[in-house]
Amino acid sequence: MSLQPNIDTLKIGDALPETHYTPDNIQLFFYNAILWNAHRIHFDLPYATDVEGYKGLVIAGPMLGDWLAQAVDNWIGDRGMVQRVEYSNRMASFIGETLTTGGTVTAINPQARTADFELFMKNEAGDVITPGKVTVRFD
Amino acid sequence: MGVLTGDVLAYIGRKAPPRTEVVTRRDIRKYAIATGQTQKKYVDGDVAPPLFHVALFWDVVPINELSPDGVSVDKLLPKFPLEKAMAGGLDIQYHNRIRAGDVLIGNRTLTNIYEKEGRSGALIFYEVVLEVIREDGTPVLTEKTTRLLR
Repeated sequence: MSLQPNIDTLKIGDALPETHYTPDNIQLFFYNAILWNAHRIHFDLPYATDVEGYKGLVIAGPMLGDWLAQAVDNWIGDRGMVQRVEYSNRMASFIGETLTTGGTVTAINPQARTADFELFMKNEAGDVITPGKVTVRFD
Repeated sequence: MGVLTGDVLAYIGRKAPPRTEVVTRRDIRKYAIATGQTQKKYVDGDVAPPLFHVALFWDVVPINELSPDGVSVDKLLPKFPLEKAMAGGLDIQYHNRIRAGDVLIGNRTLTNIYEKEGRSGALIFYEVVLEVIREDGTPVLTEKTTRLLR
């Protein structure tokens, strides 16, 4: 049974559904275009590999942060609002990789109607490339 | 032995000029599509997803002001003695949602610069706080960026 977005039934340790992302060049292009971000590591493959030494085109760090926020925000939907998002980009990830978000409930405050989640984004090797925390408040 | 000089540390507390940005439905829709959003309120552009402000307040700079790697130089920062960016993180606290039609003001402050000794030498950390408010002063969000250089 999928985890219900209801603070009265939520328990510490409950796990969010996992979501998989396989970003391609078009998605990365659109993301950097809306930012006005021309960093070559995101679109210039010879530059990214030969000059910067990456193994491919680098996925933009804040896009990974967005997906961590989505892990909770898509779960709670219109039943509440994200109050806090914390994440840190620890390792690079690349076009062609499949990334997975997920997380668990670490704290519940029934008076404030908030819940804290510990979140991860992993690559296919299982490395946590972007850990994070999100707090939501239920309406 | 420290790598941070008094000249660099003197930048702590420096503020960027305030920036005013109009939130359009079109920009929210573009952001929502680029990030693979599925929620209707975001895809329709009524409400902005939580990380939308990252795009809204990314600096819009002329092409000839970009460095050769395509990066815009952040004028709020001093020239650091270490330049290899290693990692970065954001800590965002939300006060009110962003909606299409909002006029938002962003104020950026360089709030801290410090160093630590890592296993392979010195590491420099710096923190920039972005406060976003509405024109009437209503708080929207507070974001702290921490970046690490080696």
